[in-house]
Amino acid sequence: MIEVIDLSYTYPDGTTALRDVSLKISDGELVAIMGPNGAGKTTLVKHFNGLLKPSKGKVLVDGVSTDKMTVAELSRKVGFVFQNADHQLFAETVEKEIEFTLKNLGFQENLEELKVKALEEFDLLKYREKSPFSLSGGERKRVALASVLCANPKTIILDEPTAGQDIIQKNNLLELIRRFNSEGKTIVIVSHDIEFIVDLNPRIIVLVSGRVLCDGSVQHVLTNKSILEYSSLTPAQITEFAWRLCEEWTPLPRNIVTVDQLLAALKEHIIGGGL
Amino acid sequence: MPLIEFKNVSFKYGDAESYAIKDINLKIDEGEFILLTGSTGCGKTTLIRCINGLIPHFHQGALEGEIIVNGYSTTECTVAFLSTIVGIVFQNPENQLVSLNVLRELAFGPENMGIPREEINKRIMEVAEKLELKHLLDKTPIELSGGEQQRVAIASALTLKPRILLLDEPTANLDPKSAKMIIELLDTLNKSLNLTIIVIEHRLELLMDYVNRVILMENGRIIADGKPSEVLYSHEAERSGVNIPRLIRFFKKLKELNPKLISNPVTIREGVEALKKVSE
Repeated sequence: MIEVIDLSYTYPDGTTALRDVSLKISDGELVAIMGPNGAGKTTLVKHFNGLLKPSKGKVLVDGVSTDKMTVAELSRKVGFVFQNADHQLFAETVEKEIEFTLKNLGFQENLEELKVKALEEFDLLKYREKSPFSLSGGERKRVALASVLCANPKTIILDEPTAGQDIIQKNNLLELIRRFNSEGKTIVIVSHDIEFIVDLNPRIIVLVSGRVLCDGSVQHVLTNKSILEYSSLTPAQITEFAWRLCEEWTPLPRNIVTVDQLLAALKEHIIGGGL
Repeated sequence: MPLIEFKNVSFKYGDAESYAIKDINLKIDEGEFILLTGSTGCGKTTLIRCINGLIPHFHQGALEGEIIVNGYSTTECTVAFLSTIVGIVFQNPENQLVSLNVLRELAFGPENMGIPREEINKRIMEVAEKLELKHLLDKTPIELSGGEQQRVAIASALTLKPRILLLDEPTANLDPKSAKMIIELLDTLNKSLNLTIIVIEHRLELLMDYVNRVILMENGRIIADGKPSEVLYSHEAERSGVNIPRLIRFFKKLKELNPKLISNPVTIREGVEALKKVSE
């Protein structure tokens, strides 16, 4: 459980990135943080694993304030996968990359077992002796994920995981997130990728200028014109299409986000009238 | 004569075992606006590196065939010369912006080419006006938002007055509204300057209103090339795992239910028209 209470954060240069943010993320939730560039999304999630400590207010992880715990203690509970895998990887081999996390977090007896499990899970056994930097972008992303998830954190934070990823990699990621979430892990994802978020169907928290603008379901948030406008988001293509059909052709619900929802809404036209 | 022509081009990077691109034959005319797509590792970036001469002049390897840009064979010109014909913009503008302020950034390219001061100032003012950067000229690149940085990267490519602009995932790090503004800017440049544009992008729906042509690559080869409606409704697109926009997935499903629906809409406007027409 992550509880954010009246959190404000000001960077050393005086820029205030978060203002009086309060929110609660329960165990096992799937949450997306969305909003314009510079809204404070990454600053917020960096508070969840203690990379940043509040200027004002509090962040509680499982009931304990993050300023009472070290980053190492927090890292066992909250894993953080950076947007750019290259900012995170540094070891000589894939295997050492994973060992580093485990050693750092104090795993000793079952280190070997956890390491092999992570390598298998992310299909990296064949690369265990290779340098992470000799791998492709998609493979490096898997190493970054494995090096965070090997420690089996209860909460996983993913910062822009789909940027620059093709559809095959996105689908793999989607499957992975769903699987971890169904196993009970809490997932927090920072993303601009509207179509990916529609597929994932998380709870969405929208940040604008360091404040929470709204908090709700995909169908609520991504079909609300004024929320989209304020938060520099655009509607999903199917939503925009449904709105235009509604204006120019036939009445339709305003909250359509998926292809199947649109087909269902047009069912009568398809069966009875021409379509 | 086409502005860009690939004749039986293959390329293998120095230490690689397999070809990055293989048997490419391609003609691109002046004024085209092209979406280049395909899964990671398919050879898209290698293809555009061939157009601005980074291949073979910077990236070592084995190049076969010939690439002609604006009448010049790229192997016979320098990268500096080609940069006056071909501008390039990358995914992450931070890696591209080097100067202390936007004004210096815009002057960087033409100064390196030895263009006279007066001409440089004239070009900077024209580009800054067109890309709405005048109020940002004395800012440092890190003070700018992601969208502004990307506009500066495009502007600095334009100060060399290229005829071709290549962009490698220019919106990957931008929020949706900034991404839309960048794509609309490219559309304006394409129409007003007759600038030939090739964009690499995974999120195809962003570009459907603007491009006249889609080139789809797989394993180093071009597997489909044509109008957006031809390429995106093709079996090749389905098979290669390209990210087919939702509107097209919707119409593909609808067409299975109703064979009377024969058009292949790719834009929202075309989609609305198609449904209106079939239900009349």
